[in-house]
Amino acid sequence: MKLWNSRSSLNGSDFVFRLLSAVCALLVIALIVAVFLQLAESSMLAFRQFGFSFLLSQKWNPVTGNFGAASSIYGTLITTLIAMLIAVPLSLVIALFLAELTHPVVSKVVGTCIELLAAIPSIIYGMWGLFVFAPFMSVYIQPWLQAAFPYLPIFKGPKMGIGVLSAGIILAIMILPFITCVIRDVFKMVPAVVKESGYGMGSTTWEVTHKITVRYGLTSIVGACFLGLGRALGETMAVTFVIGNSHRITPSLFNAGSSIASTLANEFAEAADPLHLSSLIALGFVLFIVTFVVQVAARLWLRQMQKSFGGGL
Amino acid sequence: MKPRSKKPREIIDFIVKLISAVSAFFGIFILILIIYEVAVRGLAAFSFAFFTQLPAPPGMDKGGVANAIVGTFIITLMAAGMGVPIGLMVGIYLVEFARDTKIGELIKFLTNVMIGIPSIIVGLFVYTIMVKPFGQFSGYAGAVALAIIMLPVVARTTQDILMLVPNSLRESAFALGTSQWRVILNIIFRAAKSGLITGVLLAIARVSGETAPLLFTALNSPYWIQTLARPTANLTVLIYNYAVSPFADWQQTAWGASLLIMIAVLFVNILARVILKQKS
Repeated sequence: MKLWNSRSSLNGSDFVFRLLSAVCALLVIALIVAVFLQLAESSMLAFRQFGFSFLLSQKWNPVTGNFGAASSIYGTLITTLIAMLIAVPLSLVIALFLAELTHPVVSKVVGTCIELLAAIPSIIYGMWGLFVFAPFMSVYIQPWLQAAFPYLPIFKGPKMGIGVLSAGIILAIMILPFITCVIRDVFKMVPAVVKESGYGMGSTTWEVTHKITVRYGLTSIVGACFLGLGRALGETMAVTFVIGNSHRITPSLFNAGSSIASTLANEFAEAADPLHLSSLIALGFVLFIVTFVVQVAARLWLRQMQKSFGGGL
Repeated sequence: MKPRSKKPREIIDFIVKLISAVSAFFGIFILILIIYEVAVRGLAAFSFAFFTQLPAPPGMDKGGVANAIVGTFIITLMAAGMGVPIGLMVGIYLVEFARDTKIGELIKFLTNVMIGIPSIIVGLFVYTIMVKPFGQFSGYAGAVALAIIMLPVVARTTQDILMLVPNSLRESAFALGTSQWRVILNIIFRAAKSGLITGVLLAIARVSGETAPLLFTALNSPYWIQTLARPTANLTVLIYNYAVSPFADWQQTAWGASLLIMIAVLFVNILARVILKQKS
């Protein structure tokens, strides 16, 4: 493979500059490979000790030296699922509001606000979740849910405020601005002519939206959701504060749980035993593989879309 | 063909508009509520001592987070010193040297993937290469972790912005016999200046609020910074440690530090937007 496009004359300083930039660019590949190798190597101890059952075992006990990733993986998946279930529909309607329904000036101001909110560090959301949202959850939302659905096992258990459900909701609030911004941009990319021809036929705003705009941008919207998914999977601080950190898989969403990232954040500093440390890094390795696959899938999907529609994100 | 009646369609349209407007205001309301809450609780922690003193043990008055403010500042600046030039070079390579080559496409793709890798993984990686071998948490490791997070972000924005520079500009400079690196640094960079500054500022804002990677690298420290070769105080890990502590005054300090970080991040973001707007 050639490192660069050829150009007939190339003097010394130009060559050095090119080489320097190529080295920097190759560093990107090197970094990704290095992350993979380093994490794989450091988690070897745990994988050798527990084998494949590391991924399936629910036990996580630093005292007896028994480690299994199942509870953390479950927590990561369930919080991400809750977050996506809340954030995706809400982002869609907010993006719809911004792109189609409201006055352009309002759209611009509110849109900028949402972009700024996407920039707020996740630890702020975590703080808010722990001190403001969790008490609110335990006093208002959890009793109401239990009263409204008395037979559902997912709403049983202590009304502590912290737990898997709260973590999922905080995660949803955190990824909401991000997904909204991307979907709004997708909506705005749909050519005005296409929408206008819909209106010209006498369609209402809703009809144009769900039959033309959403269908036109569907692939990009799915791509945007995948990017949000990648963020939610690896999010650490917003989850760690409110998930409660317990290594048990229970049917109730009110109980405390743990995600891969929250386990890492919580236990890493205290992990003195090499096996404990290696198990934690193995958790990180699993998370890396999962997010890497999600990112690659999302990017390939978006690139396909780019080729067929000629627009990009 | 019989025209469909207008009434039910209009009603559905109205209901959808209502739902979407209500959700929009609900979503924005919650997000503004968060900012408000942080501002009110954080302001209560602000005092002269907060900005000038070392952290105090629980129960003692007049503690501050001065060392953490300095630490975050130094670590972020060092990270920018490493991440920004490399990121700029990657962007230059992708646009100026490797446009439409296979390897260029591959690196472009991997840069995008790298942006989406969780920051906690980067922290773990730097732990295995810089903390474990030396047996010492350090500010340097923290700066390297943040630099790795910045690199793809800067590379991506540089690439987007350089693509906007018209080719005629490059061609006219080449026609005068200028060497390529001069064309890039003196002409293309000048034309793209405000965009590049915006990109760099946004990347800095992004890493200055990162907590997870610093947890495994810089850790935290209650002392002034003597050397970056030891655990280094920083605002975000301090927020984490203090927020989960059982002491009310430490929790209050955590709110103060949160407000500080939030103001800094929002300020840099707004600054970046203003710079970009002035140009266009």
